[in-house]
Amino acid sequence: MSDHEYTPKSNFGKWFNDRLPLLTLANHLTDYPTPKNLNYWWTFGGILTFCLITQIVTGLVLAMHYIAHADMAFDSVEHIMRDVNYGWLIRYIHANGASMFFLAVYIHIFRSLFYGSYKSPREIIWIIGIIIYLLMMAAAFMGYVLPWGQMSFWGATVITNLFSAIPLVGEGIVTWLWGGYSVDNPTLTRFFTLHYLIPFLILGLVVLHIWALHVPGNNNPVGIDIKKPSKDTVPFHPYIVIKDGFALLMFMIVFAFFVFYTPNILGHADNYIEADPLVTPAHIVPEWYLLPFYAILRSVPDKLLGVVAMLSAILILAALPWLDTSKIRSAVFRPIYRQFYWVLVADVLILGYVGAMPAEGLYLLVARVATAYYFLHFLVILPVLGWREKTLPIPLSITEPILGGSPNLATAKKKESLDN
Amino acid sequence: MKNLSKIFFLIILLSGISFTAQTAEKVEYLKTDWSFKGLFGKFDRASLQRGYQVYTEVCSSCHSMKYLSYRNLAEKGGPEFSLEQAKAIAASFEVKDGPNADGEMFTRPGKLSDKFVMPYENVKAAQAANGGAYPPDMSVLVKARGGGVDYIYSLLQGYEDPPADVSLDDGVYYNKYMYGNKIKMSNQLSDGLVEYSDGTNATVEQMSKDVTTFLMWAAEPHLEARHKMGFKAIVYLIILTTLVYFSMKKIWSRVETKI
Repeated sequence: MSDHEYTPKSNFGKWFNDRLPLLTLANHLTDYPTPKNLNYWWTFGGILTFCLITQIVTGLVLAMHYIAHADMAFDSVEHIMRDVNYGWLIRYIHANGASMFFLAVYIHIFRSLFYGSYKSPREIIWIIGIIIYLLMMAAAFMGYVLPWGQMSFWGATVITNLFSAIPLVGEGIVTWLWGGYSVDNPTLTRFFTLHYLIPFLILGLVVLHIWALHVPGNNNPVGIDIKKPSKDTVPFHPYIVIKDGFALLMFMIVFAFFVFYTPNILGHADNYIEADPLVTPAHIVPEWYLLPFYAILRSVPDKLLGVVAMLSAILILAALPWLDTSKIRSAVFRPIYRQFYWVLVADVLILGYVGAMPAEGLYLLVARVATAYYFLHFLVILPVLGWREKTLPIPLSITEPILGGSPNLATAKKKESLDN
Repeated sequence: MKNLSKIFFLIILLSGISFTAQTAEKVEYLKTDWSFKGLFGKFDRASLQRGYQVYTEVCSSCHSMKYLSYRNLAEKGGPEFSLEQAKAIAASFEVKDGPNADGEMFTRPGKLSDKFVMPYENVKAAQAANGGAYPPDMSVLVKARGGGVDYIYSLLQGYEDPPADVSLDDGVYYNKYMYGNKIKMSNQLSDGLVEYSDGTNATVEQMSKDVTTFLMWAAEPHLEARHKMGFKAIVYLIILTTLVYFSMKKIWSRVETKI
């Protein structure tokens, strides 16, 4: 960080800032030098913050009308949809907002994978990110249980039953989680409590995520360390603010389309049937964003090993900064990694697809191959590639590849005068 | 801008995947033109009113609609019966109320604020009267079935003689659109079953369409408001996005880098 000493102009500002340096923080956030070559894949951080705030705000309103009771939850959701003023809007924003949140987080994660943003010195940012992602999955899963439809109930039954795979204490843990001998009212009330709690934990971690980011500063598409501030950077405001704003608006158009025109397409029809412990749905499927992990879970014939494989698939990401041995960050200069990257993207999409299909025949075979490849990518391909791959020469600065090696002095000067 | 097209491609791909994932076991349903589909989709008022007639005269003897109230019939975006009509409809039902000052339950004519009267006291009673099968509540039925309106519309017209290799138990009927083809509801509609007051010819097809439209409204009573607001919201967003785009171009022209 290159914070020059900041002093507020007004006397009150000085007085306040000496006691609580909020103005210094605001000044840091405004001036924060950002690489000027960030592309649109970098706008998803801002978009994700928007998603989190949207979920919290709509969630608060829903919680005012929702009743967390096995006999009344389904009715109260219909009450929200019918009789609460704009309740339908708030609920559809919240329900589709979860999907939008995951869409954005997957783009955010895969951007990081492509440009090597998880590598030194950004390991802590990355690990906090993985924890946020885990909490998001927990929050989304518990949120899906709250309407108390058929998929809510049976999804909760399947997922909580995974803990029974733990040797010796598994059954006890499941009973403890349920608060009884099956998914029932105690399960619903605790899920509601946790669903309310987790977003605020995520919010706290987001602050840490951004704090950790502001220590080394943003990675960039070229993936090199840059001098800050310099001709390679622009101040966060107004440059990045307006660009993030533009991308956010584009995102909101897609979001609005789902909310207003196909609000139920990402959900499952069975969740409009009230939970019935005596009737099992033909296929129990999680929401789309959990499908790849569901496919991994089902591809292993043994229950315990399946759970281990599923958890490892997520936790392995936390070890990524050390599994990827390449010193070069950006895939732009890693011709072989770039190809494996796209194979991984395809692999995850395939896992998602077979996760939605019944686990039998060809689907099961494909799921097994794709699962094996997923782990192969992280455990074998990445470490080996770091040693073997012949990378392309990397430029010395961001300006070099853009201006063809000779920095435009006039532009650089003009920009520097803007910075100061 | 190249990157943006990539983002959109990814979004379309992802929604495409979840879409195919959910419609994997689809049979070809009968198609009809629904007035409520599309960006400006609205309900056909007359069809909703006819659909309500079919529901009360045919479906409601077995199927409840517990989330609807008689007042909904007069609300905007629905069948839009006049307030007097809706009051008269409500009053034509006997509602159980109480206890009164003497601790007795009593019946009285329905009011606008009452929920639709249920055909059975409880689920068990409904099952007992229907050979063990519970006629599902119809309030959100359209949203609770994978095929939505097309499925319901087809199912109502999907009764056929069973193929030779299918044997049916007593009280079970063959329907080519039903999951597993076996259904415990017998064919309910026949030409001229109800007499529409607006003179529309009550064919099976017409009644199926009307009652399905009514069910769609019952499941999504704010559909019209949603479509209307959606159009405004998206137009607003597009205008704002355009303005922000040009502001961004202007601001970034100072650093002469492509964005």
